[in-house]
Order: sequence, then structure tokens, then C-alpha cells
Amino acid sequence: MSPRLRLTGICKSFGATQALRGVSLEVGVGEVHALVGENGAGKSTLMNILSGALPPDAGTLELDGAPYAPRDTLDARHCGVAMIHQELSLAPHLSVWENIVLGDEPSRGGWLRRTEAKARARKALARLGHEHLDLERRAGSFPIAEQQIIEIARALRTEPSVLIMDEPTSSLAQADTERLFGVIRQLRERGVSIVYISHFLEEVERVADRYTVLKDGQSVGTGTMKGTPQSQLIRLMVGRDVTALYPPRVSSAGAIVLEVSGLSAGRRLKRAGFTLAAGEILGVAGLIGAGRTELVRAVFGLDESADGGVTLAGRSFPNRQPRGSWRNGVGFLSEDRKEEGLMLPLSVAENTVLTKLGSFGRFGWLRRRDIAAAGATWIERLGVKASGPGQPVRELSGGNQQKVALARLLEHPARIFLLDEPTRGIDVGSKAQIYELIAGLAREGRAVVLVSSYLPELFGMCHRIAVMRRGELVDCRSNADWTESSLMTAAVGAAA
Amino acid sequence: MNTRSLLAKLGPFLGLLLVIGLFSLPTEVRGYFLTYANFKIILTQTVIVAIGALGMTLIIVSGGIDLSVGSAIAFTSVVGALLIQHGWPAAAVVLAVVAAGSGIGLLNGAAIAGLRMTPFIITLGTLGVVRGASKWLANNETVNYDASPINSWMTTADPFGWSLPAGSWVALVAALGTALMLRQTVFGRHIFAIGSNEATARLCGVPTVRTKVLIYVVAGGFFGLAGLMQLSRLRQGDPTVAVGLELDIIAAVIIGGASLSGGVGTVLGSMIGALIMAVLRNGSQQMGWPTYFQEIIIGVVIIAAVFLDRLRQAKAA
Repeated sequence: MSPRLRLTGICKSFGATQALRGVSLEVGVGEVHALVGENGAGKSTLMNILSGALPPDAGTLELDGAPYAPRDTLDARHCGVAMIHQELSLAPHLSVWENIVLGDEPSRGGWLRRTEAKARARKALARLGHEHLDLERRAGSFPIAEQQIIEIARALRTEPSVLIMDEPTSSLAQADTERLFGVIRQLRERGVSIVYISHFLEEVERVADRYTVLKDGQSVGTGTMKGTPQSQLIRLMVGRDVTALYPPRVSSAGAIVLEVSGLSAGRRLKRAGFTLAAGEILGVAGLIGAGRTELVRAVFGLDESADGGVTLAGRSFPNRQPRGSWRNGVGFLSEDRKEEGLMLPLSVAENTVLTKLGSFGRFGWLRRRDIAAAGATWIERLGVKASGPGQPVRELSGGNQQKVALARLLEHPARIFLLDEPTRGIDVGSKAQIYELIAGLAREGRAVVLVSSYLPELFGMCHRIAVMRRGELVDCRSNADWTESSLMTAAVGAAA
Repeated sequence: MNTRSLLAKLGPFLGLLLVIGLFSLPTEVRGYFLTYANFKIILTQTVIVAIGALGMTLIIVSGGIDLSVGSAIAFTSVVGALLIQHGWPAAAVVLAVVAAGSGIGLLNGAAIAGLRMTPFIITLGTLGVVRGASKWLANNETVNYDASPINSWMTTADPFGWSLPAGSWVALVAALGTALMLRQTVFGRHIFAIGSNEATARLCGVPTVRTKVLIYVVAGGFFGLAGLMQLSRLRQGDPTVAVGLELDIIAAVIIGGASLSGGVGTVLGSMIGALIMAVLRNGSQQMGWPTYFQEIIIGVVIIAAVFLDRLRQAKAA
């Protein structure tokens, strides 16, 4: 029996860059096939070819033994190959059913056939066990997990035989991830083949039957998931041994540098409090929407807090504003690198020195050479892959962008680091470097608040972990006193 | 939730009632302001902005903008006047003028979708280009003609016994057609999809380039129709007419609840927005306010309307 999908010798170049150099991939019927690799390894290019968005330069694609050469994404869908993209891609103003049938609306002479369209949408949702969703409601008004269900339903409406999922859990909290895995298993039982792309090796291990590792545009390893240790995948991905992703934790002992009590802000943060000592890494866990981001934003002064107090090194710190926080040595890293964290068109150097531009001036004139020198220093110290301090940040990969964003806090230099999802969407190699950097900060006696949706990261990095639920900080214990299940229990609020 | 969404839908209506109410307060004005004859005048004054707002609604819902409308109206009115001068029958003139409007739209749409340039920049450019072209075409003077049945469309004299001027009926039918198209056709829903999230629309297989060009072509047709109404009102082709009218039209659409970032907007809202603009102008005249004061008032109303809309959105979120 021929496999559901067979790719042989796929090549693709963009100008002088060879993104894919003879990649082969085989996926069986009803198989979940993990595609892993660092950023820039060629995963997205390969998936764009598979989903019809790009034509390959060389190589062949076969679907159920027959040649498969989609003209565009719509054609690919009609052949039975659908893709779910990393970024949620709904039209927020359109209703649920409109999103599901978008681009493929049933019509007669240009007129929409609403009843038919809704029936199709209902059917697609039913395949996911979510036929109860209100079809008329605006897609943008749903929580993120439901939005993803709508998106999967859109991919399913053509009853695809191959479903590509690109980082489907990157914006999901743990509980929603579990639900997604349930959906994946269900689809697998129906014989749908799934190509699953993820940076989260723990997830891959749980959900995938087989794997293929891509590195520098080539497939460097493929095999059965069961019995393959994570370390082997990591070795294949980075091409070297990464003995441990997380650096060893040095026990912290220091004076309290930050004390937050009864902090309330907006509708999502209710009387949260914690203390942070010098040399300590404090993790903040919780489901999406539990108020973790709101907590660090309120501490930093990005959002106005309605109630509660923040004490910095024994001094009360009311009426916080970002400008004042920076002056007091508090640095903040936004979870949204592209929208809030960085000025994408500006250079590496300009992004690095943004918080202290004044100190690079003389009589109001900027000394551009000093700015470039500062940028160059961090490029070297953090191993940023950039052509130079003058390169626009937009041109860097996600991991390198994140290093630049962190360099801003280091250059400032901050004493208290509020880091919101610092490793979201970046490759394993950069992750390891950022973990090392954060651990180094703690060793130097600086204090770190690490907000993360990724439990292994919190357990790997933090001295203490706080759990938030519905805007309240419900529990804070030392790392050793938590287990993944006790932490999740606290996060979802179930009885222990 | 339901009362709130109802309130959101009624927002522009309430605004209209408020404006009418305000002008009805002073007794000396009310006597004339609140008469059937005056409302007929207001409706007639609304026609040009209303028809323009139909086209602008399509464009704004798709996340675009068109600044060249005023110029397009002047251009098409000059084209119409010249054709009447040359003895074309009225029906042919109507078709030709609408086609001329669509032609300008095709130019805008092709540049925006084909060259992937910002609508603001492209239409800022065509604002100048089309205005210059109309002056060139008209030899830099008004184009006069003897008589034409088109002249009677915008008089309140009611030559056809339809109680409202023909122009108002045209606007009404066009509005109904546009509302139906936005709601019931694939093209209409694709306009919303593109305005809501163009990248998604594209990856779902919506022909975004073709749809965007078509949006500007259809909207251009409406601007041509508005130019025809302008011609009928002035009874001559004037290449210097309707300077800045695009701002009134955009304001009407925004007051009607559309979002400049796309994905939101209704025909009904835009029509009420156009009415609010007309009532404001008419009422200000009745009150004897000088024109500079009208301009200030209308400016404030636009800002207030958008601000209220933001409050509404924030509550809904």
C-alpha cells in the first residue's frame, strides 16, 4: 500500500538562498507525523509547498500514489490537503460560519447560499465535537481556544486527507492543548494524516507516531517516535550535543528587591501579591487569560493599577509609568515581540539603546558611533546572527530578534527583569542560549520574573513558581514543592 | 448583550434624532425646520453625499480609503455636460458617466491591488490627477448646455409627481441594492473578509486582487452616479465643484459606524451618516449661523461620533 503522502527530493531556492536541498518525507494513512527542526531549517517552506502556496523547484509530490502538483492553496484543498497556520488567522469581524466557508462559499450565480453554507459549517464543527458553537457570533469575540477550533473546522470543511498543523499550540494554554490533542487523536482515528510542526518536543513525543528532523534544508533523520529520546531529536536538530536545555540552578539567597501586594488592574488582575529576592528567578504560571501578563504589566506601570502597592528595594513605588520603572532599574520584555517589543524597521543598535537614548547624546546630538558600538557589543556577547549593528531587526530570525529585545534590558542595565514569554516561538538553539542568559542574570544577583505557558521551562528555570487563576495569584511555592499535575490543578482550580 | 448590540445598531439613528431635536428647540427655527418642504430639501441635499457614501462604504469596509471622490464627481459631471452638449441622449449620457466613474475606480483599484500601494497615497495622487484632467477637459471653464431631462432629477419641483425628487429615489434604490449585495453575495462577503483580515482571505483562496479592483470599480460607478446628480443640480459641468466633498463622504460613512481599519460598516449606517451631515448643514443655515461656524460644528460632530463609537467598541470587547 502506498503511503498517503510521499515527497521526494524537494528543492527550493529564494534568490541565492537554498531553503530546501532535496527533502524527502513520507506520511502514512492516519499517521501523526512530527516535523521538527530549528527556525530556518526549512519547515515552513516545505509546508508552503505541500499546501500549494509555493511551487517546488525540483522534486515530486505524491498523494495516495498519484502525482500531486497543486496550483494554489485552494487547489491543494480540493485535492485534500489543508493547513492550519501558526498565527491564528480568522477574519475577526465575520461570523463563525462565514469564517469556516471563507474562500469556498457555496453560491449560485454569485449569490450566497446561506443555508447550505451554514450546514457545511455545522458539519465541520460536528467533526470536532463542537456543533454547539453559535454560528452567527463574530469569530473575534471567542476566546483563543475556540478560535482555533473554528480554524481547524475551516481546514476540515473540505474533508482533507492530509492536515498540516504549524505550531498549533503556540498560543494555547495547557488545558486547551489537551483538548487539541484529543481532536488530533480523533482525526487520526478517522484516517486523516497529520503533519505536526512544533518546537515543543514534549508535545511531539506525546502526540506523534513518527518524526522527521529537518536541518539546513535537508532531512537529517526520520523514525518512530516511541523509544526515541528527546536528546536524540535535539542532537539531530542542532547538529551537536545539547547536554541539558536548562542550565543548573544556583540556590538563591538575597534581600527582597521587589514586593507586590494586593495589586489590581482592569478586569483581569485581582489583588495579586508576591515578593522577589535578588538572585531569584520567580516563575508565573497559569492558563491564558489568568492575568499573568496583566500582572507584570501592572508592576511595570504599563497598565494603570486600581489598587495595591509595589515596593522596590524597600521604597514604595506609586504611580508607576514605564519611564519611571526603567529609571528605577526595572526592565520589561513584552510577550508580543513584533507589535510591542521591538521597532522592526529600526536597527539592532537602535533597538538596544532605546531606553537610554539620552545618555548617548551630547548637547542634544546623538553620537551614532557609540550607539553602533553598544549594538555591536551585544551582538557579540549574545551571539546574535546579524550582519552588523545597523541591520534592521525585521530581517533577523525570531530567536535573534528576541536576543535583541533582551539586550535592551541588559544594556540599560536593569536589575529586575520582568520577562513575559521570553522564548515563545523561537528555536531550540536560541532557547538554550536565552535560558543560559537568564540563569546568568540570577547568578549575578539580579532578579527575574519569568511568565511562561510552558511548564517544563518553568520547572527547568525557576526557584519558585507562582500560579495565577482568574486574575488571582492563588499559590506560590518553591520549585521542588510543585509537580506538573499539582500545578495544573492549581491553575484550573480543580479540587486537589 | 442583546440590548447592547441593539443600541450599537441604533447608534446612528439616535444621533440623527439628536441633531433633529437640537435644531427643533428654538421656536423661530422649528416652524420652518420641521416642515415637509424642508425635509424634502434636506433629502435632496443628501443625495450626492449619500450615493458617494455607498461607494465609500464598500471601500472602507474592505480596509481602503478613497480621497479622489470629489475630483471624480467633478470629472464625471464635466463628462456628462460635454456629452449633453454633443447631443447624446440622456440614457447614453447616464451610462457613459457611470462608466467614466468606474474607469477612475479601475485606475485606483489597479494601482492599489496590482502595485500593492497604500490606498491613501494612490488616491491622494489621483485626487490631483483627476481634478487636473477635469479642468483640462472643460478647458478650465464651466461647460454649459441648453437643456436636458437630467436637469429635472434634483429639483424639488416634483415634475414626475413622485413626491420626492428622482435623485432621492435613485439613491434609495442604489442603497437597497448595495445593502443586498454586501449581505447576500459572495463578492459582498469577500469585501468584509478582506477588510477584516486580508492575509487570511488570501490564504483561504479569496481572489483578493480581483476583488479589490472590483471594489474600486463598483465604487467608482457610484461616484459617477453622484457626479451625474451634481450635474443635474448645477445644470452645468463645473470642473471646480465638489472640492473636499470626499471628506464629507468619508465622515458620513464613519459616523454611520464603519471602522477605518476595515471589516465593519453598513449601508444603513452610512445613509444615516449622510443624512446627519445634511441636517447639520441645513439646520445651521436655518439658524443663520455663518458657514465657518458650520464647518467647526461638523468637524466636532465627526470627532464625537468616532469617539462614541470607540467607547461602544470598548464596552463590547
